[in-house]
Amino acid sequence: MSETLVEARGLTKKFGDFTAVDAVDFDIHKGEAFGFLGPNGAGKTSTMKMITTVSPITDGKLTVFGLDPAAQGRDIRRRIGVVPQEDNLDQELTVSENLYVYGRYHDMSRSEINPRIEELLEFAQLSDRKDSRVEPLSGGMKRRLTIARSLINEPDLVILDEPTTGLDPQARHLLWDRLYRLKQEGATLIITTHYMDEAEQLCDRLVVMDKGKIVAEGSPRGLIEQYAPREVLELRFADDDKDQAVMKIDGVAARSEVLADRVLLYTDNADDTQIALHERGVFPEQILVRRSSLEDVFLRLTGRSLID
Amino acid sequence: MTTFTSPLRIVESELIWYKRTWRGTVISSIVNPVLFLAAMGASLGALVDRGDADLGIPYLAFVATGLMAASGMQNGASDGSFPVMAGFLWRKHFQGMLTTPIQTRDIVVGRFMWTTIRLTFIITLFALIGVAFGAMELGPALLAVPPSVLCGLAFNTCVSAWTTTRRDGTSFSTLFRFGIVPLFLFSGTFFPISQLPDFLEPVALATPLFHGVELARKIAIPGAEAPLVTSLPLWLHLTYLVVMAAVGLYLFNRLLDKRIRP
Repeated sequence: MSETLVEARGLTKKFGDFTAVDAVDFDIHKGEAFGFLGPNGAGKTSTMKMITTVSPITDGKLTVFGLDPAAQGRDIRRRIGVVPQEDNLDQELTVSENLYVYGRYHDMSRSEINPRIEELLEFAQLSDRKDSRVEPLSGGMKRRLTIARSLINEPDLVILDEPTTGLDPQARHLLWDRLYRLKQEGATLIITTHYMDEAEQLCDRLVVMDKGKIVAEGSPRGLIEQYAPREVLELRFADDDKDQAVMKIDGVAARSEVLADRVLLYTDNADDTQIALHERGVFPEQILVRRSSLEDVFLRLTGRSLID
Repeated sequence: MTTFTSPLRIVESELIWYKRTWRGTVISSIVNPVLFLAAMGASLGALVDRGDADLGIPYLAFVATGLMAASGMQNGASDGSFPVMAGFLWRKHFQGMLTTPIQTRDIVVGRFMWTTIRLTFIITLFALIGVAFGAMELGPALLAVPPSVLCGLAFNTCVSAWTTTRRDGTSFSTLFRFGIVPLFLFSGTFFPISQLPDFLEPVALATPLFHGVELARKIAIPGAEAPLVTSLPLWLHLTYLVVMAAVGLYLFNRLLDKRIRP
């Protein structure tokens, strides 16, 4: 078993009467990419803020690198890199100045920082923008710069809070590619996300959070196998037909979910289910067959879809 | 070790930022003194000096020391308002710093150091422009710089603390309209507070800018006496401002920590 970098037992965060994180347990090991998957308000960001020592814990136990965040916050922060949910780059400064300032916050000398900046800009594919101001950069470039900034101190643990939220698909894929490379170089990553494809792509292990609690834990593949049959039929109906169809499909598949805009049927064999539908006289306007995903796991666990 | 150097990192980052954004602020710190000294000192002063006011010195010399302290107040207060709110709400770079070894205390101390540097620069510039206007001799003008800076710091720390309790920037216009501007007009900057109606004089005595103005004037104009200045001792003004700055610093640290480390 590899070294445990973060250990949480009964970890709780309250804001007044509101419990943002409700007695969660998890271990994060060296070298893995660990995900927190959940909708907005599930408690992911509050958990991240406690790990980064920015937010004091209310109850329970939390150690990072075996250190206590309340007493040794500074020593913990020396060894972590943080990519916050909202960009807080200095828009007026240049790309390299943004990195330089953070290097100084980490007590690095100029001669240590400068070669590191070159390295990081190359990693973030921003070398040609080194001296341009941050403000006109695209969303994807800013995100890559924020990631580069989080790496300035060669952290043992990188914490990314919704790294691709708000990016277009192309920028997301480029970012995933960079994070994948980081992972291959042996970095330990903690990623929060409400995109299941992101969790599937990047995470070795993840927990699903809902309303402050951890509702499931495992590898993406393992969770899907445990909680969702292999295949999903997504059926769309004309508005008038939907209610009638819903009655007819009862029992045709292992499990079904009726959502506002579509009906999901979970099955181990989509072809057989499709035939069964026809036999019952159900003819949807549209049928989509896909492999089940983490979204289905989430739906199963919470009864709600991930992005409302 | 880092505990002592960390606030310096904040100063350094402010400097890097200032290098990008200094133009606007430098112009206002030159233009403001010139306008005020020309309008209030030279033009209004000519009228005052021709009347029966018996200050013992030209009005321009009287008002210049007051304006230096008032400039400390205005710049100190504005450095404690928008830039602080930008730090935790708009640019959010305070939260960014907290993900590094920097702590809330470093931000507070670093900003205090940075404000001291900025105020010293702005007020020294004011003093030199005053000298150019013939309002003051170089020596006394420079002597009035430290008390004016202290006055600015007292305002800066208290306004910074207050800013951390605000939800957005709409409160700032209230602060300036009903706080800073009345103080500017009625705390002895433009006329000795003995000119105020009797019931207002104690109010003026209680305000921080009055103590800043008095301190600057008593130091810059040695031997000044009533009606130019009050007979209150120097140490009283000094204590008032130092205590105000210290209380503000303490509150700023506590309230900012609550705000950025919820």
